[in-house]
Amino acid sequence: MIKIQRLEMKDICKSFQGIHANKDINVEVNSGEILGLLGENGAGKTTLMNILYGIYQPDSGSILINGKPVRIANPLESINLGIGMVHQHFMLIQNHSVIENIALGYKDTPFLFPRKILRQKIKSFSSQFDFQIDLDQKVWQLSAGEQQRVEIIKTLLNGADLLILDEPTSVLTAREIKELIDILRRMKADGHSVIFISHKLNEIMEICDHVTVLRKGRIVGGAQTKDTDKLGLARMMVGKDVALTMDREKLPKGDRVLSVRNIHVTGDKGVAAVKNVSFELYKNEIFGVAGVAGNGQRELAEAITGIRPIDSGKVRINGRDITNLSPRQIYDYGISHVPEERIRFGIAPGLFLYDNAILKQHHLKKFSKWYFLNYERIKLHTKSIITEFRVATHAINNQIRNLSGGNIQKLILGREISEQPQLLVASHPTYGLDVGATRFLRRHLLELCRQGSAVLLFSEDLDEIFELCDRVAVIFAGEFMGILDTDDERINDIGMMMAGSKRMNSDPVEAGLTT
Amino acid sequence: MEEIIISTIQRTMVAGTPLLLATTGEIICERAGILNLGVEGVMAIGAVTAFIVTMTTGQPWLGVPAAMAAGFAVSLIHAVASVTLQANQVVSGLALTMLGLGLSGMMGKPYVGRPLAVKMDDVAIPFLSDLPWIGKALFHQSPFLYLAIVLALTAWFFLERTRMGIQIRSTGENPKATENQGVNVALIRYACVLVGGIFSALAGAHLSISYSSSWVEGMTAGRGWIAIALTIFALWNPARAIFASFIFGGIFVLQYLLQPLGISPNFLAMLPYLSTLIILLAISFKDPRRLNAPARLGAVYKRGER
Repeated sequence: MIKIQRLEMKDICKSFQGIHANKDINVEVNSGEILGLLGENGAGKTTLMNILYGIYQPDSGSILINGKPVRIANPLESINLGIGMVHQHFMLIQNHSVIENIALGYKDTPFLFPRKILRQKIKSFSSQFDFQIDLDQKVWQLSAGEQQRVEIIKTLLNGADLLILDEPTSVLTAREIKELIDILRRMKADGHSVIFISHKLNEIMEICDHVTVLRKGRIVGGAQTKDTDKLGLARMMVGKDVALTMDREKLPKGDRVLSVRNIHVTGDKGVAAVKNVSFELYKNEIFGVAGVAGNGQRELAEAITGIRPIDSGKVRINGRDITNLSPRQIYDYGISHVPEERIRFGIAPGLFLYDNAILKQHHLKKFSKWYFLNYERIKLHTKSIITEFRVATHAINNQIRNLSGGNIQKLILGREISEQPQLLVASHPTYGLDVGATRFLRRHLLELCRQGSAVLLFSEDLDEIFELCDRVAVIFAGEFMGILDTDDERINDIGMMMAGSKRMNSDPVEAGLTT
Repeated sequence: MEEIIISTIQRTMVAGTPLLLATTGEIICERAGILNLGVEGVMAIGAVTAFIVTMTTGQPWLGVPAAMAAGFAVSLIHAVASVTLQANQVVSGLALTMLGLGLSGMMGKPYVGRPLAVKMDDVAIPFLSDLPWIGKALFHQSPFLYLAIVLALTAWFFLERTRMGIQIRSTGENPKATENQGVNVALIRYACVLVGGIFSALAGAHLSISYSSSWVEGMTAGRGWIAIALTIFALWNPARAIFASFIFGGIFVLQYLLQPLGISPNFLAMLPYLSTLIILLAISFKDPRRLNAPARLGAVYKRGER
């Protein structure tokens, strides 16, 4: 009954624009087994699974089912082979009922009266796995956990023997996670195999039989979960050489620039996103905030730059209180900002390069008089940014949306540091950029810091944090799990801190701060 | 009095027929997520084509397929623009209306003022048409009326009770997820735009070879726009469109009926639009998810984009 007894992926390589997303990956999963794929964001887990599901084609390497090589050209072929995938973002029609969604994805849906005929089949099927969902409810009325169950039913109805779950717990509540684990156990007992993608150590340890750890597109380790522990996995995930920093010159700590005290910030969903965060930042210093995306980094950055209101607590720059001032006022006090999602928040895509080069500076005397912009100066300024930051473009009266991500980001950084800010808040500045642009931007951040500015760097890329930062705070669920020097021994446990399972005492300087 | 009522009902059915045909077509099209504002133009093309073919051949039944083919052909422009070229659907639809009105005016120039020798005859349904009162009003009518009702009911059944219907509706709601289930979104959208165009052309044919038997430039007289309003009024449901179309058709008839009583026909002509506005307002107050508005109506969908 189970078609997939063993699935192997051999020497899989895949690169995007010259960057390896997967390099020589070998994984194997057997019937009745749950394989965990562990790794940070961007480690290549999802790419690998998209190859297995037929969304991408590998550059080289092969996929074998029960020892026989197969070619998977598209998701439909993958479904027919018995592979099912539950994407991180559900592929459901929100306005349709559960049964309509199932009918859409089911390969043997009858042409006439699909709902009536499928209903019986689903009923008998879901009792087997103890799914309890009202088939006539609209999907938008369901909780995230219920929606996920609909996705799982869809794959199982199509005869999936191998289920791929991409970050399945990221949207679930604790109870729903328990229910999901129950379902997975039952499937395992039935002889199904599961590939479980996650960056959460606890879950991997609890659910998986075997775990493979990916880092930067390569396999860096693997183990039976019963033979390993969380610490071992965390080390593998982050890499043992984390504490070895690059050729960064050690600068003397300067005066205090920024002080953040006990701030609380509310997120978009109305719940607390930043809880009681305090830290200080000094001249000549790069301070990193590490953490898995969505743990309050964005809200913290927005609170400091004035985009999001602060519920309580104080933010001071050079001793001046800037709490809840307008973004313009905060900018004028010397805080500039390289926002995340550069296309959405960093630029006006349809405007020319030179318009974008002065987005927050149009009010400065040198660029405008009364209501009129001085385009001559603006264009000169833009040209100087383009030369200095090596923005590749054929003209400055080019819509900025035509530039590549790296060039857009170079222009944004050039714009933000052209006025020599006291503090630069940079959110994921090199996210999604190629190696060249990444190195270029990092060098400029170091240079800025050498010139006497302070940098607050939000990043999910631990290598970036270790390469650039003097100190690093780890944020989890809106709280700092600790602030450490990057040359501190304890930094090896940063993976555990990011997963929220370990809290470090702050160093004495920071501890004294709250008093 | 009795006669006035019967003739009012009868004329209401006649006035509602093209509205129902065009609305059913537009509903199918919009359910797949494509907004087609070209209904008025396609209707005019359908009307002039049906008229010319009927006049030349003397066969109204040849005029109908000719109109359908013409509707198919001009709608293909909108399908290519909005699905393949991913153009702005509002602009493309408006262009189609202008093109259709202009082209039909040009094609029909030599035929203005020349009535048809044979127009499509009304059909009396045996037994039912002998019923007192409603028999003559409802069951001795143009074949287009019966066709419109049958097509609307079929469309409803198709959209709500078949697998393909689920695929069409899913396409309008979330093309990306639909594509992910192995459905060919582009194909579905093409088919729906073209079927919508054929229905609009049928509505035009009704005007020129059944309702009247002559061609006048601009004889669609805004019925295409009313069909678009009706699509919303019927909440994208072809079964509801049947009732909605005849209500709007009734308003058409009342314009003439009430004029002698001093009620301005302009006021009544305004009613379809006014009631659609009210419905739109109600939608914006209520949770749109409880109504049937396709979530991605009019939005460009690019394959493989995140």
